[in-house]
Amino acid sequence: MQTEAAAPEIAPLATDRGRKWRAVLGRWETLLAGLLVVTAIAGQSISPEFLTTDSFTTGSLDLSEIALMALPLAMVIIAAEIDLSVASVLALSSAVMAYLWSHGQPIEMIIPICVAVGALCGAFNGVLVTRFGLPSLAVTIGTLALFRGLAFVVIGDESVTDFSTAWTDRAFGNFAGTFIPNTMVLFAVLAVAFAVLLHATPFGRSIYAVGANEEAAYFSGLRVKRIKLILFTLSGAVAGLAGGVISLRNSTGAANVGQGFELTVVTAVLLGGISIFGGRGTIAGVILALLLLGGIQKALLLSESISSYWVQIVTGALLVGSVLGPNLARRVADTRRRRSHPLQEVGL
Amino acid sequence: MKSARPHAMRVFLVALALLAALAFAACGDTQDDESDNASESASQEGRADPNAPLKKGLKTVSIPKQLGNPYEEFEHSGVDEALQELDGSNRISGPTDAGASTQIPLINAAVQQKADAIIIAGNDPNAVAPALKQAAQRGVKVVGMDSDVAPDARSVFVNQVTTQLVGENQVESIGKQIDYKGDIAILSATANATNQNAWIDVMKETLKKPKYKDMKLVKIAYGDDDDQKSFQETQGLIQAYPNLAGIISPTTVGVAAAARYLSTSPQKGKLKLTGLGFPNQMRKFVKDGTVDEFQLWVPKDVGYLAGQAAVALASGVITGAEGEKFKAGRLGEYTIGKNGEIVLGPLTTFKADNIDEFDF
Amino acid sequence: MQAASSEGARAGAVAERVLRIRELGLVAALALLIVGTAILEPRFIEASSLRNLALNASILAILAVGQTLVIVTRNVDLSTGSVLGLSAFLAGDLLQGHPGMALPLVFLLGIALGAACGLFNGILVTWGQVPALVVTLGTLYAFRGLAFLWTDGRQVNAETLPDPFLNLGSDSIAGVPILVLIAIVIVLIVGQWLRDYRPGRELYAIGSNPEGARLAGLRADRRVLIAFVLAGALSGLGGVLFTARFGTVDATAGVGYELTVIAAAVVGGVAIFGGTGTVYGAALGALLLGTITSSLIVLRVEAFWQQAAIGALLLLAIALDRLLAVRVDARLRRRSARRAN
Repeated sequence: MQTEAAAPEIAPLATDRGRKWRAVLGRWETLLAGLLVVTAIAGQSISPEFLTTDSFTTGSLDLSEIALMALPLAMVIIAAEIDLSVASVLALSSAVMAYLWSHGQPIEMIIPICVAVGALCGAFNGVLVTRFGLPSLAVTIGTLALFRGLAFVVIGDESVTDFSTAWTDRAFGNFAGTFIPNTMVLFAVLAVAFAVLLHATPFGRSIYAVGANEEAAYFSGLRVKRIKLILFTLSGAVAGLAGGVISLRNSTGAANVGQGFELTVVTAVLLGGISIFGGRGTIAGVILALLLLGGIQKALLLSESISSYWVQIVTGALLVGSVLGPNLARRVADTRRRRSHPLQEVGL
Repeated sequence: MKSARPHAMRVFLVALALLAALAFAACGDTQDDESDNASESASQEGRADPNAPLKKGLKTVSIPKQLGNPYEEFEHSGVDEALQELDGSNRISGPTDAGASTQIPLINAAVQQKADAIIIAGNDPNAVAPALKQAAQRGVKVVGMDSDVAPDARSVFVNQVTTQLVGENQVESIGKQIDYKGDIAILSATANATNQNAWIDVMKETLKKPKYKDMKLVKIAYGDDDDQKSFQETQGLIQAYPNLAGIISPTTVGVAAAARYLSTSPQKGKLKLTGLGFPNQMRKFVKDGTVDEFQLWVPKDVGYLAGQAAVALASGVITGAEGEKFKAGRLGEYTIGKNGEIVLGPLTTFKADNIDEFDF
Repeated sequence: MQAASSEGARAGAVAERVLRIRELGLVAALALLIVGTAILEPRFIEASSLRNLALNASILAILAVGQTLVIVTRNVDLSTGSVLGLSAFLAGDLLQGHPGMALPLVFLLGIALGAACGLFNGILVTWGQVPALVVTLGTLYAFRGLAFLWTDGRQVNAETLPDPFLNLGSDSIAGVPILVLIAIVIVLIVGQWLRDYRPGRELYAIGSNPEGARLAGLRADRRVLIAFVLAGALSGLGGVLFTARFGTVDATAGVGYELTVIAAAVVGGVAIFGGTGTVYGAALGALLLGTITSSLIVLRVEAFWQQAAIGALLLLAIALDRLLAVRVDARLRRRSARRAN
């Protein structure tokens, strides 16, 4: 009985190369790349200024902190958790920076402290989720309020705007005379680091395992709790760094920065093909999604006639489409397969 | 589970693709901008020529603090009016929230679209400064309006009234209503807003004068120029300070919200309110006794003056130095003051006997 | 069969007791907070002050009731703030353009708009099988963008709205503000529906065990869809009431509200993983959040502590719920072990 059921080949045999092409083309990242091309064409037809180095410089600068925070958040979501508190950690970090600067500390010392503060916040989230077993969605909604509240407690309604120009120029400026902002170089470095971590190390593989099936991962010996704790801490640390970056870039350290960022970061990650259920997704996808979001925003900004309100509608539609599309495609494929192999259902 | 190598390969492919995209983008870069700006900035550095003809066909972009604010809409309609009168055109481009850095992408977009001048009411004086300075380097003239930005990031600043006069007049307005005795509070807009903080500083200074010695400022609340928040902050002020005699709200959103709250509360008529308000919004409350008087200027004139100044700047009539004069259409001639400030004029007080003369 | 059903009943009784403890806990916390603040500042319990308290919490409570319906089924609705904004502007725009329009019609249209948005969400979640978090995050953006497009920078001013409408937001009947009455009625109706009527109870079943519910023949998809439609309708109602209360409305009405609404529900005992919680708890949660804000203002504590306080409270509530859930679980397991022996 067993051997008979296992015998029939389901799909027609394809050549190795054909299957590989289909594998590449069928991937989410390829779809994103296609959308990028469409955006490039559409954007250029809206405004001849779209495909310029200027657009990249200013557009990517605007998304710097979102891009940074998307990297570790991708890993958190792959592990089937979520962290909605990243923007509040960024705000707390900015507030701490403002406070320390107004008390005479040098930037060189402040930035590591901000990263440490962020890491602490992330660890707090992590402990609540792992040791206390609380759901990360609820926890991070709570810490979203808590951390931003703490930011206000630190610096109140004030803002510090007199950071040293050496540093603000560095945060706002471009790398070595090119059109690439320094913050993008920082992002590129972190992106490569996270990509290597996620895609080429055992730790990265274990993240996928935890996300795909936590129980199985636990029983196969992975230290699930420690992995999650590390991921939350990383998320907080990078958010802390992003807080320092945004404060220097805008020359404003305050508690009300980054309002609403968390949703944009989650959107970028989900759009990048990271499944909300965990276990799937790549850093490459996140990078492409960030480019896509930035490109759409820039195109609409440059348009003289299309209202920039459309950015929100398009973002929302893309987000939903990114999950709905594959679902529908799968359903169509299932129906087609069922029609051509009716006996498959019965296991013959 | 797939092996790690295909994924790593994909990341490197993406990196390659990114580099290729950047190289492609570099083809259409902005070299041509640098060259014609060089000549423009030369004329900018040079002397002002009061007799220079006003250029036609100029395109300006005006950036309010936030979209959907009727005060700002009215103000920026003045910029539209000025540009149209001078055969140019203005585009209003504003952020959907009044955060410190939300105007930056708009400034950059205006520069990319090769605007001749940017007129901006700043949400935060420093956050927008780097972007504005870059705009200036590209030959775009920068005019600050209503809420100033860092002085070195703009050529001129159009102020509706001197900071000093606003602070003094508002304190006097409330003092007169409470017989110069009692606790007062201020319901402001956002905590960063330059104009608000400047006016509040003058109010604090003014309160030190002997005439106001029996008045005490007990609290500054922030309504963030949000109607609901201002409404609730008014509520909170009255709860926390039951002996409050008067509230100054130097923001059109704040004073309207406070008036609306007071008009249905037991403090109506007893707790005095003054501020900077629109006649059309406040008329009801003046007529029903909630508010005795309030003050303002005509916002459209502020915008109009800013538009005229922008065209004058772009035509080389002025450079923003103290003492330069220019003609601002229907408003007459103006002289630039210290730090590039151009003042529209004094405050107007609205009371029951004159409020029907105005429609804005 | 007998053993199973009586065991089910006993499990139900345990859960009921837990819920009641939870709600009593909320009432106790509320009472403690009010009394504590009143001792420090007696003006806090003056009639007008308490009235303001209830008023501020009413709209939040109505939205929290809708959110409860959705969360109980193990979903979430992040678009509630944007739906409120759309509905609020609709109400204001209609009345500004047609001051003579019958108020019930305005309410109906606002609720219908909200229900339509909820239907959209629900279809994507059930038929499209897109997780609720993703759907409502997307519609949060999309609906807000629509609101901006529609308002096109305009604003509805309180001064142009008809007085009877605005009075709804501030008048009282027998000392109780109308808004509060509406909120109480809604909480009672929905609460009873969830407790005593089958479709309502099935929501809990779907939330605690979606697969099991499906296998047991429950039309899970249809129930979830209804939950989203109701949540949207209630957000729509909240929007109309928002305009009545505050008068001046623009495209940013309700921005950021969704997290406060979810916080109110979670603090009120509605577990984020579904299956437990009541609308009474959610309403109490809304009241508690509103009271914290008011009492901090009255005590002249810096407003900054509010957000931190709300965050800490939320974490406390979640931890408490988790503790209770573990206890209930252990107790049920002990009972069934006892039965087996």
